[in-house]
Amino acid sequence: MTATATDLDVTAAPVPTAAPTSAKPSSYLTDGTTVRSWLLTTDHKRIALLYFVSVSFFLFLGGILALALRLEHLTPGPTIMSAYTYNRVFTLHGVIMVFLFLIPSIPATFGNFLLPIMIGAKDLAFPRINLLSWYIYLAGAALLIWAMINGGLDTGWTFYTPYSAHSPSAVVPAVLGVFIVGWSSILTGLNFIVSVHTLRARGLRLMKMPLFVWAIYSTSIIQVLATPVLGLSMVLVAIDAGLGWGIFDPSRGGDPVLFQHLFWFYSHPAVYIMILPAMGVVSEVIPTFARKVPYSYEAIAYSALGIAFTGFLTWGHHMFTAGISAVDAGAFGILSMMVAVFSAIKVFTWVATLYKGSISLTTPLAYVFVFLFLFVFGGMTGVAVASTSLDLHWHDTYFVVAHFHFIMVGGALTAFLAGLHYWFPKVTGRMYGERLGLVACVLVFAGFFVTFFPQFLLGNAGMPRRYYYYSPEHQPLHVISTIGALGLGAALLLILGYLGWALVYGEKAPDNPWGSRSYEWLTRSPPPTHNFDATPRFALGPYDYTRPDEDAHAHAEAPAQGHDHV
Amino acid sequence: MHTQRRRLKDTTMSEHPVHRSAADAVAIGPATSEPFDTLLHQAHAARLGMWVFLASELLLFGGFFALLTAYRFEHADGFREAVHANTKVLGSMNTLVLLTSSTCVAVAVHVFREGRRRLAGALVFTTVALGAVFLTLKMTEYGLHFHEGIFPGGHGEWFLHHDTPGLATFWTIYFVATGLHAMHVTVGMIFLGIVGRSVLNGRLPRAHAHRLELAAVYWHLVDVVWIFLWPLFYLA
Repeated sequence: MTATATDLDVTAAPVPTAAPTSAKPSSYLTDGTTVRSWLLTTDHKRIALLYFVSVSFFLFLGGILALALRLEHLTPGPTIMSAYTYNRVFTLHGVIMVFLFLIPSIPATFGNFLLPIMIGAKDLAFPRINLLSWYIYLAGAALLIWAMINGGLDTGWTFYTPYSAHSPSAVVPAVLGVFIVGWSSILTGLNFIVSVHTLRARGLRLMKMPLFVWAIYSTSIIQVLATPVLGLSMVLVAIDAGLGWGIFDPSRGGDPVLFQHLFWFYSHPAVYIMILPAMGVVSEVIPTFARKVPYSYEAIAYSALGIAFTGFLTWGHHMFTAGISAVDAGAFGILSMMVAVFSAIKVFTWVATLYKGSISLTTPLAYVFVFLFLFVFGGMTGVAVASTSLDLHWHDTYFVVAHFHFIMVGGALTAFLAGLHYWFPKVTGRMYGERLGLVACVLVFAGFFVTFFPQFLLGNAGMPRRYYYYSPEHQPLHVISTIGALGLGAALLLILGYLGWALVYGEKAPDNPWGSRSYEWLTRSPPPTHNFDATPRFALGPYDYTRPDEDAHAHAEAPAQGHDHV
Repeated sequence: MHTQRRRLKDTTMSEHPVHRSAADAVAIGPATSEPFDTLLHQAHAARLGMWVFLASELLLFGGFFALLTAYRFEHADGFREAVHANTKVLGSMNTLVLLTSSTCVAVAVHVFREGRRRLAGALVFTTVALGAVFLTLKMTEYGLHFHEGIFPGGHGEWFLHHDTPGLATFWTIYFVATGLHAMHVTVGMIFLGIVGRSVLNGRLPRAHAHRLELAAVYWHLVDVVWIFLWPLFYLA
């Protein structure tokens, strides 16, 4: 750890490029193999893997709860659980998926792993805080799980007052768990922001960073500035529920709608914490497999910042039916549609990048196509529910449930899987079977679509969300949805299976299996502990597909020289 | 930063100008942490990190300001009555205490950079002591409130003969917000105490003055938040 100062000096001398991988050089995976070397690591790549294991576990747990909910809805009456259990299961499904899976999913795993490499740094700015954030995450998660076992939680993931102050379930430990997890999110975002500003390698201007870094950077701004407000509202709910001080209690002059304002001030931008990194993954995968320069780098980078900024001004659209004024509703509706403008800029730029590209339909790109289809679907229904007149009918129905699952699962989870396949060779040094990958991708799409498309129809037909009993005429669509959910679950297990197999038996991955120009592919697979054997020059942009491979590699891999004109 | 890095690329760490010029270069050696190649660079990142963190803290208290604004709007009479009943003198004395402490710590950073280690240490501990005075006064205030029968959540006998709507809300938010602020004062005191100790015993080299600066900046936040809480709870 202390020898780092000399490492950079290596770049000064004209040493030959990295030794061929056949020499079996050490990587971050082989640099220490004890449990201690993993649990006390400050290497961002290992912390990324720790996060990956944890968020995957919670994806699994949240998924089991989702399947239980779907099975319950096979019949209009009681099927496998009581009404009270049903309330607790849908609450825990939401809390786990939002706070323990989606929020940290892409930033804390791929962001952690790739951001330092993509900016040519040895690590994040505060490696120990990075490790600390993982432990804080685990502590918050442990408290949540404890609450889940000891009483559960039946308020819905939104913890609306005044019910949350009177619920018989374990509200206090659960909201404190969310509060603690929020700290982890703030620290991760802080680390990313500081790293982007202070650790970029020589010659790596802001506008030469890979677009994934822009996406993570925009996400970090939201994490740092919105999460404390969630923290505050969680503390206030804990006080109301635990001490009975009635801050939001109308009988003592409190105002429950104020809680909704505070809560959504975080929780709406939280949606962009989930989707912006997903957009970052898409922006990486498309140029690589279309072998084209992005149609407009600036449009993608700036629209990410635009979404992060506008996202702070849209929270009121969750409260159209909570008694806000018509002027407020109109303003929040229009501001919410602004997000769709920025998203559309991205979608059109991606499609224009694909146009006339030299496309190779690999698994990551297949997931990106799925993303594009589902995201556009989810986004357009988003514009629909941002219109007050329509939302009054769809509010609290399955239409909204379907809408946000299209964004969060169809968007964020699909991009998570795209990233998982795209960077699997870099992270593990192994290749997976392309054919199984494509099959699983098709299954994910089919499972997802069959699960959630019927929910649009259900909501439109008047099926309210969070209801235990429903009228029998809704049953056919519920049954179809449940079948889809089982398919989606099976597809995810298939992915877990073949990636696990590839981890052990997969072919050795070359350093740059996709022929990408982005910077993470300039290093070995898996990367060495300090990310690069010799810091590359970053002379070319991350999407420079204008010259043949050999030429580009010669440019990129030559170690930095004394002078630099970039 | 890049130009700086370029310039320093060919020098080994011990030859770095910052290290050479600092009187206590020996103590600096291994302190530079993992991803940085110079101490200057590291200090810059640490400073940026603290400012980003303070932005986050500001939003935390911003939630309180939003709550206060909304409730004051809804219960103008109740809030006026409650502010009138508050311990104005003690609260204002606390403002003076915190402002003085902030001045002390700002001067401490300045003189430490000039190399006057003992004076800097003394000023840091004066700051910590003033923090303790603040907390003592705050506890005295709480004691007076409890004595009068004002408890959070609208409990206590004071509320039996004061029933304007909004009184309970005011006092609850008062206790929660000032309580959270007092926690920040405590954290700041611990932070300053640790850095102040290494200033006094000479374990903090001058080249690492940014650590003292970070603690001081955090203390200023505590101060600034109070400057906004004070008029809202005691004056308006």
